[in-house]
Amino acid sequence: MDLLNAFVALSNFVLIPAIAYGCQLALGALGVTLVYGILRFSNFAHGDTMAFGTMVAILVTWGLQGLGVSLGPLPTALLAIPFGIAGCALLLLATDRVVFRFYRAQKVVPVILVIVSMGVMFVYNGLTRLVIGPDSRTFGDGARYLMNARQFRELTGLSEPLVIRSTQAITVVTAVVVVAALFWFLNRTRTGKSMRAYSDNEDLALLSGIDPERVVRVTWLLVACLATIAGVLYGLDKTFMPFTYFQLLLPIFAAAIVGGLGSPLGAIAGGFVIAFSEVGITYAWKKVLTYLLPEPLEPDGLVQLLATDYKFAVSFMILVVVLLFRPTGLFRGKSV
Amino acid sequence: MNGHARTFAMFALVAVLIVGTGMVQSWNSALLILNMGLVSAVMSLGVNLQWGFAGLFNVGVMGFVALGGLSVVLVSMPPVGEAWAAGGTRILAGLALGAASIAAAAMTWKRAPRRWRGWAVAAILIVGFILYRMVLSPAVDAVESVNSASTGYLGGLGLPVLLAWPVGGLLAAGAAWIIGKTALGLRSDYLAIATLGIAEIVIAVLKNEDWLARGVKNVIGLPRPVPYEVDLQRDADFVARAGEWGLDATTASTLYVKAGYGILFAAVLAVVLVLAQLALNSPWGRMMRAIRDNETAARAMGKDVTGRHLQVFILGSAICGMAGAMMTTLDGQLTPSSYQPLRYTFLIWVMVIVGGSGNNYGAVIGGFLIWFLWVQVEPMGQALMGFVTSGLSDGALKAHLLGSVQHMRLLTMGVVLLLVLRFSPRGLLPER
Repeated sequence: MDLLNAFVALSNFVLIPAIAYGCQLALGALGVTLVYGILRFSNFAHGDTMAFGTMVAILVTWGLQGLGVSLGPLPTALLAIPFGIAGCALLLLATDRVVFRFYRAQKVVPVILVIVSMGVMFVYNGLTRLVIGPDSRTFGDGARYLMNARQFRELTGLSEPLVIRSTQAITVVTAVVVVAALFWFLNRTRTGKSMRAYSDNEDLALLSGIDPERVVRVTWLLVACLATIAGVLYGLDKTFMPFTYFQLLLPIFAAAIVGGLGSPLGAIAGGFVIAFSEVGITYAWKKVLTYLLPEPLEPDGLVQLLATDYKFAVSFMILVVVLLFRPTGLFRGKSV
Repeated sequence: MNGHARTFAMFALVAVLIVGTGMVQSWNSALLILNMGLVSAVMSLGVNLQWGFAGLFNVGVMGFVALGGLSVVLVSMPPVGEAWAAGGTRILAGLALGAASIAAAAMTWKRAPRRWRGWAVAAILIVGFILYRMVLSPAVDAVESVNSASTGYLGGLGLPVLLAWPVGGLLAAGAAWIIGKTALGLRSDYLAIATLGIAEIVIAVLKNEDWLARGVKNVIGLPRPVPYEVDLQRDADFVARAGEWGLDATTASTLYVKAGYGILFAAVLAVVLVLAQLALNSPWGRMMRAIRDNETAARAMGKDVTGRHLQVFILGSAICGMAGAMMTTLDGQLTPSSYQPLRYTFLIWVMVIVGGSGNNYGAVIGGFLIWFLWVQVEPMGQALMGFVTSGLSDGALKAHLLGSVQHMRLLTMGVVLLLVLRFSPRGLLPER
């Protein structure tokens, strides 16, 4: 029995990847939940919005790399994020102006807006593939590891190494900063308060003189920030591929619904619930159990509950359980 | 134009497009478009049943289509005796055990007192899962190691392939019953997410469970309901008759085979269309539309809304499953990695919306037109891009522009969908 090594192995393969993935999902789910709270529909184009913002950031990153600009140990992509956000915001505002505003004025039922967002999804997907192609792209540079296996062994003398990739650390730090800024904005500024008022009760908000078009514009700007940052972080941590971003839609929606659609706090909690279950259930627990259990009890197999490809099944099962037993989500979101 | 004339004009347009393809490009590609158009039309009739009749938002079409594809393998491939001997019964036992523990959990949830039923259900599920894996895993390993390069799976029942079409419908109906039981009655977007998820799970199962249908190693050489080209070319009688038509044996045989599929598919489409049309105009269809238009009022009139929703959800999914089986039969192989939600779920939705939701003829027209567009956008885009870039000097930009033409499809589909939703939200053939 070796608790310390077991804990290190657990952090290495479950805790740290799940925290990083949870941060990425939480940022994505925040975008979905904001659109749901303010515009009142489930935006199927969110995954492709992330892909588009990330694509702009990647192109700028390549440009900067070509010019010889670098951030030293940090990835150059961080410098490119503002450009990505700007590109994404332009696209979203243009889409709102050309597509969504028409339906908002008509006050159509939400499901029509969902179908409209399907059309938008096709267009974004096509745009991204047209510009950057469907293949996977890597754009990370800078230091690869915050702490590599050798450093950790020398530091602690444990046999099990703890590896922290710099992208994981950057993900967590960025996500904390972004979420703190978002909550400050929503709770402290006048615009943020008007957004929450609009989300809580549209008619009352209109009566008190809140300009709905302004609220919608600010929402799309926030969504552009969240989607691009989430997308760039995911791309740095794993890899950028348009189809993968489209597939992220499922865990992101699962996170938003599990937390309670329309509740920002719920989106974050949901993101971590989904990430930890996905990683935990698809991880082969043999290593950790070998440290924990006495020798005769050591497992023969991998002790992997489900193959990695079933990670969507995990988000789905959690989603179904939550929907069956607590349809408004953990944090009591809207259920209109 | 009144409704009938418009419907007629649309069908004429489709005929002109397909015949035009035959004259301009080749009759082989025209028949290819026709065959996949027929399959697409059946799929979009299925989605139209759910969305157009009942307002159910199902974005898991891909899953049902893939289940139909699986049924072709399970029904028509010859059984692999060695694999069955290695662990076939044990796999069946494992699956039965899994199903039994889920059923036991559901029973406990319903019957047991509230205080401890949560714990009891969790315990049953955990123990059930462990037992299930203990029974299943060794058998799966045994089956997959049987001559894994060419089989490594249990095989099918060795029955005629046409039988797979209704079986595909049944398989999809079973899946739809499970989803419907859990997700219907929730809000529309929740149903959408749930169906999106189930479709991904079906594909994940097909990719990973090699004992079932060889996973990503694909099952090729599925039996066909029509003769093989090579056999026709060897048949002197056939070659002579082809000669009378002024065709060489190769072209004649490919055309003959494709036409054979076309006739089979057209027969299925005709049956489904007639049934859907009868359903639409029956009291049942009127009730469905009443529920769609005002659920509360329908409920107040004593209609069982959830029950009817479940019914129509199962029916529509079964039609999609059957179409999936037809498509896999046409392909002659099952390749799980080729199932993409944009192609098999959202494209079908574009067909239904563009054709006109709630109108069966509209769904059929949408299926044909959108499939035609999907196929023809690429050559058209290629020609357009070739024209645009003809002034450019050869270089990376030109190569990139020419290479990216294939992604114009998605863009075009999105634009078509948005334009129709904006300017003609009821589709080309509106509901009457």
